[in-house]
Amino acid sequence: MSILVNKNSKVIFQGFTGQHASFHAQEAIKTGTPVVGGVTPGKGGQTHLDLPVFDSVHDAVAETGADVSGIFVPPPFAADAIMEAIDAGIKVIVVIADGVPVQDMVRVKRYLKGHDAIIVGPNTAGVITPGECKVGIMPEHIYQPGRVGLVSRSGTLNYEVVEQMTGLGLGQSTSISIGGDPVNGCDFITILKKFNEDPDTDAVVLIGEIGGQQEVEAARWAKENMNKPLVAYIAGVTAPPGRRMGHAGAIVSGESDTAPAKMKRMAELGAHVVENAADIGRTVHEALNNS
Amino acid sequence: MNIHEYQAKELFRDYGIPVPEGQVAHTEQQALSIAERLGGDAWAVKAQVHTGGRGKGGGVKLAHSLDEVETLAEQIIGMNLVTAQTGNNGRLVRRVLVEQVREIEREFYLGITIDRATQRISFIVSAVGGMDIENLADDNPDLMAQETVDPAVGLQDFQCRKLVKVMGLEGAAVKKATRIMKRLYRLFRDKDGLMVEINPLALLENGDLLALDAKMTFDGNSLYRLPDITDLRDFDEEDPKEVEATGHGLNYIALNGDVGCIVNGAGLAMATMDAISLQGGKPANFLDVGGGASPEKIANAFRIVLEDPNVKTILLNIFAGINRCDWIAKGIVQAIRDQEISMPVIIRLAGTNVEEGWKIMRESGLDYIEAETLNDAAEKAVKTIKGAQA
Repeated sequence: MSILVNKNSKVIFQGFTGQHASFHAQEAIKTGTPVVGGVTPGKGGQTHLDLPVFDSVHDAVAETGADVSGIFVPPPFAADAIMEAIDAGIKVIVVIADGVPVQDMVRVKRYLKGHDAIIVGPNTAGVITPGECKVGIMPEHIYQPGRVGLVSRSGTLNYEVVEQMTGLGLGQSTSISIGGDPVNGCDFITILKKFNEDPDTDAVVLIGEIGGQQEVEAARWAKENMNKPLVAYIAGVTAPPGRRMGHAGAIVSGESDTAPAKMKRMAELGAHVVENAADIGRTVHEALNNS
Repeated sequence: MNIHEYQAKELFRDYGIPVPEGQVAHTEQQALSIAERLGGDAWAVKAQVHTGGRGKGGGVKLAHSLDEVETLAEQIIGMNLVTAQTGNNGRLVRRVLVEQVREIEREFYLGITIDRATQRISFIVSAVGGMDIENLADDNPDLMAQETVDPAVGLQDFQCRKLVKVMGLEGAAVKKATRIMKRLYRLFRDKDGLMVEINPLALLENGDLLALDAKMTFDGNSLYRLPDITDLRDFDEEDPKEVEATGHGLNYIALNGDVGCIVNGAGLAMATMDAISLQGGKPANFLDVGGGASPEKIANAFRIVLEDPNVKTILLNIFAGINRCDWIAKGIVQAIRDQEISMPVIIRLAGTNVEEGWKIMRESGLDYIEAETLNDAAEKAVKTIKGAQA
């Protein structure tokens, strides 16, 4: 098993006929991701990558039974695309766009209330259950099916850790980047809950960064609820205060936002905190052997 | 994106939020004529730079005569204002805001942020104003209150009443404060604010409320739909190298070490800086080349990093997902050749097309140091610096 996506998912892409969506849809199809079609308003009825194109997400859901969507539209149109997917009944919505206005996401999160859907992103590399389903832009060949769950803010730091783990023979059940924005579609706790319920995940790696208290809240939740080891890393020890480090959400606004403060709190809450990103793979290995 | 106090106050005026009478001046003569036109017997002369703590740094002064307005404006315009936030280099003051000074009864704090815990717009007030809000939160949490706004319905009157009660306002001032809050909310929502602070909000003897200071930050991702706000951007207040980097699609932040960093992805870039630090070195910068990095982009990244005279070695760490290592390698080869780079360059490539990337590097015949992992790269980079010092 796995979380969010698997070989039985029915995946569509919004902004399907665009350059990026086309490339990443092709990559996903090559390795067996069950893609059933895509949406580009105005191009309904056409065929793209040998798959049907629909005018709306509603049409795509009605015709194909799609339940997962990868949104590749530009940032100004992302909020509308997400809400369209929610309204059409899509269950897992992955938003790749980097640069979605924060207040758009505030409104989208309000709209999400009462709907049974999970938004991953924006500004995410996506979700992958190795060997089964990939909705995102990550290099699939570094992943390996296995029993460790991974959740990060960053995409490339996620790859870094996956390479270490795969090198040590530690495969991944599912790997998710929740994105680097201050208002995320879903938070670390939502993902930890899913991993905790997944019988095929034995341990979870959480890769956070400076800014906000989400990682600490996740460690608190894990201490009270999780029966699997949690390995954690926080990037940005060397980041100067008050500066946005690339990600819109990666900013130290107060003492508690710093990497050392967050790592300290998380260690106190029982997480296996790793100081050097290069040691994450090894620490997971040890945590699994000791549990 | 940040703006000046005088610009924020002009936005406040547009939205009917009361601010002191005043105008911005670029010279002491302008400052004098503004003070003359305003009348009265006391004026504030306030440095207009994008930093907090201007008062403590000597950038905000009170004048009790027109002569004094002129003298103070002359002092402040052209001064290098050093505050806790600017670092030792300070910030050049190019203009001052000259304002009428009124008798004040009490001071409050009123701010809006996007609260990361609730992921909603949130109002914060304090019964005490004019001081650092973080200190206040630690020392006097009872004097503060927070109200989170449901985006479906906006800020409600009852929420304003709750906030006003904690501020300790009564009578006619309750309605006035409510009106200010609701107008401020509209401004924040219309213009995609990330943060607004009125510190202090003043209660005058006649019962009026007045925003004595105004600080506002906007969402850079929303500027495409806010041409009026985009026009307020002051490039003089930004690091020219950071502005140049942004123009090339790079995200650059200068630090004070000697290991120049070129990395893809913000998280990996931070982790790389941290790894350098754990090896006993100091990163010279944060630089994220982002996705879709072309050879030109890589060449520009090298150029920007090398403009920093402190850089003694360069560490390039690429984990290609949406990027391609072969393309990146082409950029590296081109940059090292064209820019005649003689300092050590440590290269770590991983991910999409990594074999092709190394092939291009090895066949280039250039002098560089290969690294296999993040740690290996950090260790080798720090070693080149320690080796040079030994």
